[in-house]
Amino acid sequence: MGTLQLEVVTPDKTVVSTAVEMAVCPGVEGEFGVLPQHVSLLSALKIGGLKFRTEGKDQYVFISGGFADVNDNVLTVLAESAELAEDIDTARAQQAKERAEKRLAEHSERIDTVRAEASLQRAIMRLQLAQLR
Amino acid sequence: MPSLKDVKMKIVGVGKTKQITKAMNMVASAKLRGAQARIERFRPYAAKYRDVLAELSSKVEGDVHPLLMEHEEKKSCAIVLVTSDRGLCGSFNGNIIAQALKLAKDKSAAGMQVSFACVGRKGRDAVRSAGYDVFTAYGDRMGSIDFALASSVAQEVINGYETSTYDEVWLIYGEFVSMGSQPPRTLRLLPLQTPEAGEVAEDDAKPSCEYVYEPQEEKLLAELLPRYVKVQVYRGMLDTSASEHAARMAAMDNATRNCNEMINTLTLLYNKTRQASITSELIDIVGGAEALKG
Repeated sequence: MGTLQLEVVTPDKTVVSTAVEMAVCPGVEGEFGVLPQHVSLLSALKIGGLKFRTEGKDQYVFISGGFADVNDNVLTVLAESAELAEDIDTARAQQAKERAEKRLAEHSERIDTVRAEASLQRAIMRLQLAQLR
Repeated sequence: MPSLKDVKMKIVGVGKTKQITKAMNMVASAKLRGAQARIERFRPYAAKYRDVLAELSSKVEGDVHPLLMEHEEKKSCAIVLVTSDRGLCGSFNGNIIAQALKLAKDKSAAGMQVSFACVGRKGRDAVRSAGYDVFTAYGDRMGSIDFALASSVAQEVINGYETSTYDEVWLIYGEFVSMGSQPPRTLRLLPLQTPEAGEVAEDDAKPSCEYVYEPQEEKLLAELLPRYVKVQVYRGMLDTSASEHAARMAAMDNATRNCNEMINTLTLLYNKTRQASITSELIDIVGGAEALKG
């Protein structure tokens, strides 16, 4: 069935650049799968895990929100940060989770709730994905 | 004529300075390599962003997003100034600051209230002493820039723009053109100028109407635009950081060369002084011997 090229790019590096048989992206309006020869698509992504299959093996990448662009059989994911599941720092994510929970529990006016929630979500997602590796 | 010992001391002193400038040159070149690599790694991200945005903005009608809209009344202006934290890099910071102050003066003349967001200590100090308002400053961060820093700077001006605290936002940084050239660059951040769609259209021959957007164009644009501002600020930081090291390398190279020149002149002087003292000693001896004979 062929493959498509997957590129996961962050400002600091290219995290993934490989040919894949399939990818599942966490779109803002629900997850969507991308197979080879997909129609051109531009979608916003939310915090979540991106799954891709190479040689029948599934792998996961953590995405902190961003964009996916499919064009010409190339899927480009632009994310502010992205990590392969095996590179996730579980201890750090755990700490971030506790910190965010504490902040949210305080209900203080000074705290940016939106930011705290986003950081909590990121931490939870990282921990989930770390278990899948 | 200076004494022999004085000249000798001076030579040793200049030699030590030379060692320092040489070491700084090498440190700067190592850091430059790192900074250049970061720019290289960032380039695909920025390029893709520009493409996507150009593609998208060609699809939606003009002023659909607050960040694209010009404010009718222009009362205030924010300048994001990116400089280095340290000096000893020639006229690099001076050039950027001069450009920033000129822009600030022009804007003030046009009746706008100018305030600054400064990344880098040099710019902050200069702007403060020139008497302008600094609403945020990040000093001592140029050594550890990351996207989060760019993001928070950008977010602040975006918020300011949306609430009409600022009616215009400019970014000034040292562009890294080459090892020998790091001119200051001024860029209008807000209202955003969307990249030209023309260059992209040539690359992929396919008509762009095939694209599927999720969610709709307008919503997608609302997500993309603030991020694009952050991308530009980050680029400014990366460029400034690379430029700083390149400028320092050149400055230190010059300094090392000047030290060499100085050592040469001083050595000449030393030898002359030494010869003169030997000559005068000989005259003494010969004179003494003549006197004894007589």
